[in-house]
Order: sequence, then C-alpha cells, then structure tokens
Amino acid sequence: MRFHFTDEQTQFRDTLRRFLQTVSPTTAVRRAMVTESGYDAAVWKRMAHELGLNGLVIPEQYGGAGFGLVELCIAMEEMGRSLLCAPFLGSSVLATYMIRLAATDDQKQRMLPALAAGESIAALAFAERNGGFDASSISTLAARVGDRYVLTGEKFYVLDGMSADALLVVARIGVSDGLSLFLVRPDAKGLTRRALEVIDPTRKLAGITFDRVDAELIGDADTAAPALERTLDLGNIALANEMVGGAARLLEDTLAYTKMRVQFGRAIASFQAVKHRCAEMLLSVELAKSAAYFAAEAVDEGRADVDYLSSLAKACASETYLQTAIDAIQLHGGIGFTFDQDTHLWFKRAKSSEVLFGDATWHRRRMMQRLPAKEVA
Amino acid sequence: MNEDAIRTEVRAWLEANWDSSLSLVEWRSRLVDSGWGMPEWPRAWYGRDFSSAQARVVQQELAKVGAVGVARTGIRLLAAATLLEHGSDAHKTKFLRPILTGADTWCQLFSEPGSGSDLAGATTRADFKDERWIVNGQKLWTTSAHHADWGLLLARTDWDAPKHEGLSFFVIDMHQPGVTVQPLKQMNGHASFNQVFFSDAVVDPEHLVGKLGNGWAVAMTTLAHERRGADGMRSGAADVGTAASRTGRVHDEERKEIETVMAPYTWYPQRAGRVDLAVPRAKETGRIDDPTVQQELAKLLILSSSAEWTARRARATQQLGKPQGPEGSLGKLAASHVARAAARVHTLIACAEALLSGVDGAEHGVIAEILLSVPAVSIAGGTDEIQRNIIAERVLQMPKEPRFDTGPFRDIPRNTQ
Repeated sequence: MRFHFTDEQTQFRDTLRRFLQTVSPTTAVRRAMVTESGYDAAVWKRMAHELGLNGLVIPEQYGGAGFGLVELCIAMEEMGRSLLCAPFLGSSVLATYMIRLAATDDQKQRMLPALAAGESIAALAFAERNGGFDASSISTLAARVGDRYVLTGEKFYVLDGMSADALLVVARIGVSDGLSLFLVRPDAKGLTRRALEVIDPTRKLAGITFDRVDAELIGDADTAAPALERTLDLGNIALANEMVGGAARLLEDTLAYTKMRVQFGRAIASFQAVKHRCAEMLLSVELAKSAAYFAAEAVDEGRADVDYLSSLAKACASETYLQTAIDAIQLHGGIGFTFDQDTHLWFKRAKSSEVLFGDATWHRRRMMQRLPAKEVA
Repeated sequence: MNEDAIRTEVRAWLEANWDSSLSLVEWRSRLVDSGWGMPEWPRAWYGRDFSSAQARVVQQELAKVGAVGVARTGIRLLAAATLLEHGSDAHKTKFLRPILTGADTWCQLFSEPGSGSDLAGATTRADFKDERWIVNGQKLWTTSAHHADWGLLLARTDWDAPKHEGLSFFVIDMHQPGVTVQPLKQMNGHASFNQVFFSDAVVDPEHLVGKLGNGWAVAMTTLAHERRGADGMRSGAADVGTAASRTGRVHDEERKEIETVMAPYTWYPQRAGRVDLAVPRAKETGRIDDPTVQQELAKLLILSSSAEWTARRARATQQLGKPQGPEGSLGKLAASHVARAAARVHTLIACAEALLSGVDGAEHGVIAEILLSVPAVSIAGGTDEIQRNIIAERVLQMPKEPRFDTGPFRDIPRNTQ
C-alpha cells in the first residue's frame, strides 16, 4: 500500500476540481435538483467528452479510460465536494461495474462504449421495497419465454432510475437460489416508473414496476449474486470517497463562516467551544478519508479483504459525513437551518448517503461477518 | 563518506574493539570515544557529522555483530540534545560522555502541581544568593527521579518579567540534601513517576544552561525532541527483545538497565487500550455473537484501523518530502478516542468479570489494568483539550482566545497551594 497519491493523480484531482467549480457551484446544484432527471445533460456530455469521466473505469477495449478504483474515487471525492448532480454513481459506477462483472463480451461491446461516450445512462435496479438493499431478499421474478425472459415485480430505491435508458434488473428465475441479471428498456411494455419523493433532491431515486416486461438475460442465468456483491463493495467504496469529499467541504465552509461571524465582540472561531468541535470534525474527516482511500487502494492491489474494507469505509464515512453535517449546521447557527444557506444541501446528501446501500449499523454487522482471519493494520 | 566506506570502517573497528565480556560502561566508553556511538552528532562531541541515512548504516553494522549501542533509556538523549544545542563547552565536556555511556541517569523537572498544561506558569523559584542558585518549590510527574543523578530544571528567576521571559534552565545535582524525591502513586496502583521537593537546594552558577531568562526556549528544545520520539521509552521497549537473546557481561548489564527503566511502565500498553486483545477475547468468550458486542467491536476496529492508516499517510507524505497535511497532527487525539473505545469494548466483552482485578480478573488482571489506565491517555503528554487547541490554531488557522497572562508574572492569577 502506498498511502499517498501520485503526482499524476493529484493533477487529475486538480483538473477535476477546477472543472467542477465551474459546472457545479451551488447555484447549478439548486437548478438541477428541482428537475425530474436531476442533472444537467450538457454538463454530463462535457464530463464524457472533455474529461473521459463517464468511462473512467471502463476498459480501453470498450471505449473507456481503463483506470482503477483509486482514480474513480478521486473523481467521486471531488464530486462529493461540489455536490455534483449527475447520474455518475448509478451509471458510471454501479451499472458499469455490474456490466463489467456479469455481461458477456458481446453484451459489453453493445453497452459500455455508449456509457463511456456519455450517450447512454444505465441504472442498476436491485433493491426492493421490502428488503431494502439486502440482495438476499430479492423477489422480482423472471420467467423464460423462448430465448428471452419476462419480468414481474417491483424495484425500489433505483439510483438514477429516472434518467436511465438501460435498466439492469436483478431478479430470480423461478424459485432459484441464484440471482440473474437482465437488461430492460424503460419504454418496454408493462413497465412503469416514477420518481420517488426523496429527502435528498440531489440524488434521484426511482420506483419501477414490471408486469410481464420483456428482458434480455445478461451473462449466465443464476450467477449474478457474486457480481452484485462485488459491485456493491466497489460502489460503497466509491460512495465512501464521495462522502469524505462532502464532509471535507462542509468543514472548510464551516471554518470560513466561524472566522467571519462575530458575536460578543469576537470571531466565534476564537471560542474554545467552537474550536474544539472543529478539531474533532477534522479528526473525524481525516480518519474517514484514510479508510476510504485505503479501501480503494486495496481493490487496485487485488487484496482479498475488500468486502471487509468496503463495509469498514462505508460505516466510517456514514457516521462522519452525517456528524460533520450536523456540526456544520450547529456552528452556522440559525442561518444554517434556512433554505437559502447552502449547508442543508450537503446535510441532505449526508443523510441519503448514510442510508444508501446499507447504513453504518448494517455495515458494521457485515464487517464482523467478514472479519479477516488476520486483522488488517 | 559513502555507504561502502562507512561499512568497511565500522566493521574493521568492531573487529578490533567489540567484546561482549566488557562491562557495559567500559564498552560504551570505547564506542562513544570512537565516534561510532552517535555518528549523527558533531565531530567535536563524540560524533562524525553524519546524515541520518549514514548513521543508519552504522547502526546496521553494530546490529549485525550484536554490539550494544549507546545508552538511550529514559530522558538522557533529550538532555543530551538540549545540552548540545544550548549548553556551553564546559557543559558538554562534563555531561555528554556519561550520558552516552549510561554512567549517569537524568530526569526532567518541568511539570508542577500548579502548572501542567501551562508549563510556562512554573513557580519553582531559583534565587541567586552567595554566588549560588537556591531552589525552592515542587515538581511533579518526574520519570526516573528516584535514581537520577542530574535533573533538567525549569525555574523562575525573574517574577517581574512576563511569564515566558522570567524562566531559566538549569542542570541540578539530584544527590543533595535539599532535594527530596517521593513516588507518586497513580489511580491504577502503579507508581511510575515521582514528585520532587526542593528546599533550599543548590545549583552551581555554571550549571545555568543558556542565558538567564531564556529557559523557556531551552525547554522547548527538550520538548521538541520529546515529541519527535527521541526519549528512550519506545526504543527501550524495542531493545528488550534483542537484549534478551544475547549472552555476555555487556548484554547482561544492558538487560538489567532496560528492565530497571521499563519496570514502572508495564502498564503503558494497557493505557493505550490493548486493541489487539479485543477480537481474540470476543472470540474466546463467545461474546462476538452478541449483536451489541459486534457493533462496538466494529466501531473500535474502524477507529483503530483508520487511525493507523492516517499515521501511515502522514509518514508517506513525510518520506516523500511533501508538505505535511493535517493528518500529521491528529495522532495523539486519535489515540485517546481509540483507548476509550477499547475500554468500552473490553468492558462489554468481560461482563461481570470487569468488576475484578488481579488474579481474579479477566486475562489475570490485564483487562482491569486497561480500564484503570485508559484515563491517562487523554492527559499525559498534552491533554486532549490542549491537542484540540493546537489543531484548531495551527492546522485550522482559527484565532487564539484572548489571553489573561500577559504583563509581569507577579500579577498573573495563579493557583494558590
């Protein structure tokens, strides 16, 4: 493990930060978050064309940049800082990894280049209303009809499901113990989708119902469960990095505010009650960064304990991001609770990220189930 | 001098001089006088002006033949570093060699009952009478004072100067009637430190280090070396294992030296929380199946792993010669969180057994010792509150609080004893 970023990676971060400062100031966030799709299509195209972000982890043979998780996580951290509204986590991370891990070469050839080019958006529909993000309780049913399948059931909490033109649906064929992955077009007959009302308007979720909807099997039948678990491991690590980016930004903005805000004849940043809270915020953010960075590097180094580290990083980031957001609002005082002030935008992202793909308690339990025989670090 | 040349020369010298049947002080005298004991020190004072990389090469050669190095236990190297920087040639001539050979033991007389975090508020006084300094007052938390030959003393010599400008730095002879050393028993039952009372104790005028009134700057040098880990606590512990496996008079004496110094600190690992025991004990006791234990254990592992990785990030940045990020200032505060979380988890795992100590206690009392030692972590070496101030002011660039301790020291409110 290196424990530091290379000069190239730091340059990549700087480039991204400048780009995001231009395309995703909070005025842009506020514009995008009130739309149904939740993102700016022109920015999405620029991300693909100017920076190659959409295909960051798509192999070069499929039109992508072929980078590893560390580079992806740098992008996620920067997007978390600027609260970018885009279907990046749903399409460029989750759906992309799922296709990479589950699809046949022919299917990859059909789907990945379009994703890399920013011409297509895919969503991974696995969660359901009852089981939440727990893949073991998936009950959407697939039935074989000739060489195709029909799906019946309901998917919920589908990240970027409204903006996707390709839906990757995880379902069970009959009473199979295994899971299978299907490609469904959102305009297919029998499919209805709606935007769910969410607490975090910067992250859009869809509810989708399937009534005998035509579907194409992706990869082999009954073998999608390991790919889904790995995808979620990588997705959680990416999300954890996005979360620490958001938390770091909240801390910076809060510090700037406390240095400017004067009460009792002095900047409130000079009060120990404020300083000590900020010092603890910094500690929490740096620890969460270390966990998120370590997990990303562990994937690129091919370590065997990625499942454990993924849950560790996500649990850590969940507690840190939300607590940082709580502290940020607290230190802003009354103004922090207003809609016009921006802190609540990150607070809502912190809250939704905390719960997305399993909250801290769920991931801590999973950590202990996946505890490596020999402890890390 | 390049690496190969160094190796050749050290090997030849060791061939001619290393002898494990010598007494510890005899051997170290040879080593110190040769300049191979402290090669990173100046040539004029037992060194060779080596870089730390060159010095490591020498260290490797000594280790290869199992040769014992200079004395490092206790605070002697902090004393040496302070004297090298601020001492006169007379100080260096008199003190440095017996420090390195281990002939003399040193202690640090800084903290007082009335000034802990606010070290510069020291009220132990040194008054110049009849061509000598007369010292009165009390120091606290003094490691090794009961067997020290010399002490580094921070005392007030001017009560009308501002707080930091009225202090002077002395070397005091600990073997005199005016110095009384008493063990200080801690809440965990150990007595690892001392309190030292001065009643008309005497310091020779030539034992003033640095200029009169410049004691704070000298003390800061000592503390800077302490923060860099130059004290013998850690290196001493590491040496125990090496020394144990070797035979010969010099090794026997070194082993005894380390054991004597380390004996009062057997509880230090427990103070840090013993995270290493948490998972094995949870498994052995079966408590790992309890969902609450799982949650708290996971929280502890997240905290301790992320703290370790943060320290590794700081080291990696340092090794690359890049500017230090905030991660470098957080270790002490993180350690407090880890220790407290560990104590909580050990209690959860032990259940009712957490009531017991000694032979009746879990792990023969080790768990009880954790529970009663952890409160020290957030105090010793800078309290959590001071750490948070440092992080806020130096890392986060937040403004300092208004001060009430400017002007003549005499007028500043202070503890009444």
